[in-house]
Amino acid sequence: MDPMNYIVLAALLFTIGAVGVLVRRNAIIVFMCVELMLNACNLAFVAFARMHGDIEGQVIAFFVMVVAAAEVVVGLAIIMQIFRTRRSASLDDANLLKN
Amino acid sequence: MAVVTHHAYLAAEPAVATAADSPVLSFAWLLFALPLAGAAILLLGGRRTDKWGHLLGTLLPVASFVLAALILFDLLGRAGDARSVSVPVYEWFTVGGFSAGVDLLVDPLSISFALLITFVGSLIHVYSIGYMAEDPGRRRFFAYLNLFVAAMLVLVLADNFVLLFLGWEGVGLASYLLIGFWQYKPSAATAAKKAFLINRVGDLGLLVAMMIMFAVLGAVSFSEVFAAVPGASDGILLAIGLLLLLGACGKSAQLPLQAWLLDAMEGPTPVSALIHAATMVTAGVYLIVRAGPIFEGAPVAQTAVVTVGAATMLAGGIIASAKDDIKKSLAGSTMSQIGMMVLAAGLGPVGYVAAIAHLITHGFFKAGLFLGAGSVMHAMNEGVDMRRYGGLAAKMPITFATFGVGYLAIIGVPLLSGWWTKESIISATFGVGGTAGLVLGSAVILGALLTAFYMSRMVFMTFLGKPRWEEGVHPHESPASMTVPMVLLAIGSLALGAFLMLGDRFATFLAPATGAEVHHFDVAHAFTAPYGIAALVVLVLGVAAAWAIYLRKPVAETAPKGNLVTVAASRELYGNEINEGLVMRPGQVLTKALAVIEDKVIDAAVHGLGAGVRDSSSGLGRAQTGFARSYALTMLFGAVIVAATLAVRL
Repeated sequence: MDPMNYIVLAALLFTIGAVGVLVRRNAIIVFMCVELMLNACNLAFVAFARMHGDIEGQVIAFFVMVVAAAEVVVGLAIIMQIFRTRRSASLDDANLLKN
Repeated sequence: MAVVTHHAYLAAEPAVATAADSPVLSFAWLLFALPLAGAAILLLGGRRTDKWGHLLGTLLPVASFVLAALILFDLLGRAGDARSVSVPVYEWFTVGGFSAGVDLLVDPLSISFALLITFVGSLIHVYSIGYMAEDPGRRRFFAYLNLFVAAMLVLVLADNFVLLFLGWEGVGLASYLLIGFWQYKPSAATAAKKAFLINRVGDLGLLVAMMIMFAVLGAVSFSEVFAAVPGASDGILLAIGLLLLLGACGKSAQLPLQAWLLDAMEGPTPVSALIHAATMVTAGVYLIVRAGPIFEGAPVAQTAVVTVGAATMLAGGIIASAKDDIKKSLAGSTMSQIGMMVLAAGLGPVGYVAAIAHLITHGFFKAGLFLGAGSVMHAMNEGVDMRRYGGLAAKMPITFATFGVGYLAIIGVPLLSGWWTKESIISATFGVGGTAGLVLGSAVILGALLTAFYMSRMVFMTFLGKPRWEEGVHPHESPASMTVPMVLLAIGSLALGAFLMLGDRFATFLAPATGAEVHHFDVAHAFTAPYGIAALVVLVLGVAAAWAIYLRKPVAETAPKGNLVTVAASRELYGNEINEGLVMRPGQVLTKALAVIEDKVIDAAVHGLGAGVRDSSSGLGRAQTGFARSYALTMLFGAVIVAATLAVRL
């Protein structure tokens, strides 16, 4: 199969994730979209690694997974705290740093 | 005529005293430490010490006086050359090669001053017990008086200019606190500030003189500075001399820094007697005599000293002749007498003994006169206008008698204290010879004429003539605590001059310390010499003139309009107006201009910068919408732009 298909798929997934981050208000959804973007990147890394016969892309993909796991832990904890104090998971309500 | 020409400092370093050497001298530091402790106890002890504070405050200066007397006897037991003793107390501070110690110089000059300060000071403390009896701030008053005595003793006992300056500033502070003692009176508060400010000008002169000494001569201790004088250039000596004169002018109310002294009479009368007549205002004379070797090396500076002294002597006498306020008239008299001392001190070694002797007798009779004035004011419900006095001799016999003795002494009635010392000033002045001697001598004779006139005027208006009292005034004699010091000072005014001058006691005593020449005081010659006769003639003339104006005719209860001269004199020869025109108004214009510059230029720049930062940051702040998604969009755009740029470049 042509690895180019995987690249296109990765681009599609990244676009879906980016649009999701931009248009959705719910923090959980936005968070999931961020994960989607990260995984789209992973897919692209692996596909490029395959295309170039180079192992480095796959190594980077593992790093991204580790960082993503850590990010999930921290990000979810932050979302939980915001929800507890404001009774809302909407990103637009969390605007204390405005101006 | 024995002439001692050598100078103690040039001859040899003063011997360094050790405890074994002389137990009395090693305790010399107690002289100023005792009153200083008194001030500390009274000020820190607060109201707890109200009951006995004034007694402690009186006891400590008395103790200092006893110690000073013991030291005097110790000195008298030594040979003439061994009477200058340096007493190191402790190292004050050391900076690099510069070190200033609390070192005391006990010599005939300093011990003479110490005795004057502690004796007159003790009497005035005793007087104040009665004078301030009704005052709620009496404890504070005694604390300040003790502080003054301590500072004044530091001033005269110092062995270097730095320590002298400490005492110099200390007496300035005490003077400020005591002039403004009744600070609820705006006039007293203003007078205190005025005295402080004018004294600052003089202090600056002393300070700069010290800096030049350190920079050029490399030392500030008396012995080292005076030892370096022969090798110093004329310009340097002249500069130091003139700056020291500026310092002396400020402290001693000499022209052109004289304006504060008359206003200083706002303070309680014991303060006027002790600080502004007997001791502090004579510090300038002390400084000039102490720094004698410098002035002797700078003849131009000496001429300046003599000129300042002569001008102040005449100006003070003219002012004193026109003032109706008894204390201000006495203050003018003080200016005049100190001018006479400064003049004598400016003559060099020939005048030192005369200056210091007159200073000491003046301390006695002027303090007595001030205390008498205070006693009169007490009797007249604190009124100071002599035009509302009159006929008090019968009501206040002791005050009249003591004031009368002081009066006879100051105008120079033969054989009283003032006559001896004034006569030696006159003879020293004429002794200069040539035109200068004639001019200066005539000036002193003129000063004596003015003295006879204004003092007679004061006595006639106050004690003689018909009563012109305000209603409700019932004069009475003052309590014993006030009259006893007056009597003691009157005894000094009677006999001290003869004691000092007969047999040249004081001149011989003082000679090793100042290098003064011992001039034999010839009593018979003083009566037969032309200047002696002239002095007696002007004495009679002055008294007669005052008699014709103030006793033969009744005194008006309000001051007559007067002519140009009397108006100028009663307005202190426009000294305040001159200060205002030359210093105050230009100063105010300058400060206003600086305030405008500060406001419109410096502040405007700083505020403009602040406003600029504030405005731009609030503009940037608007970009912070608080919507996480819009941030994400911005990031996306940024990422796209970066990616696009990379793509194009690659």
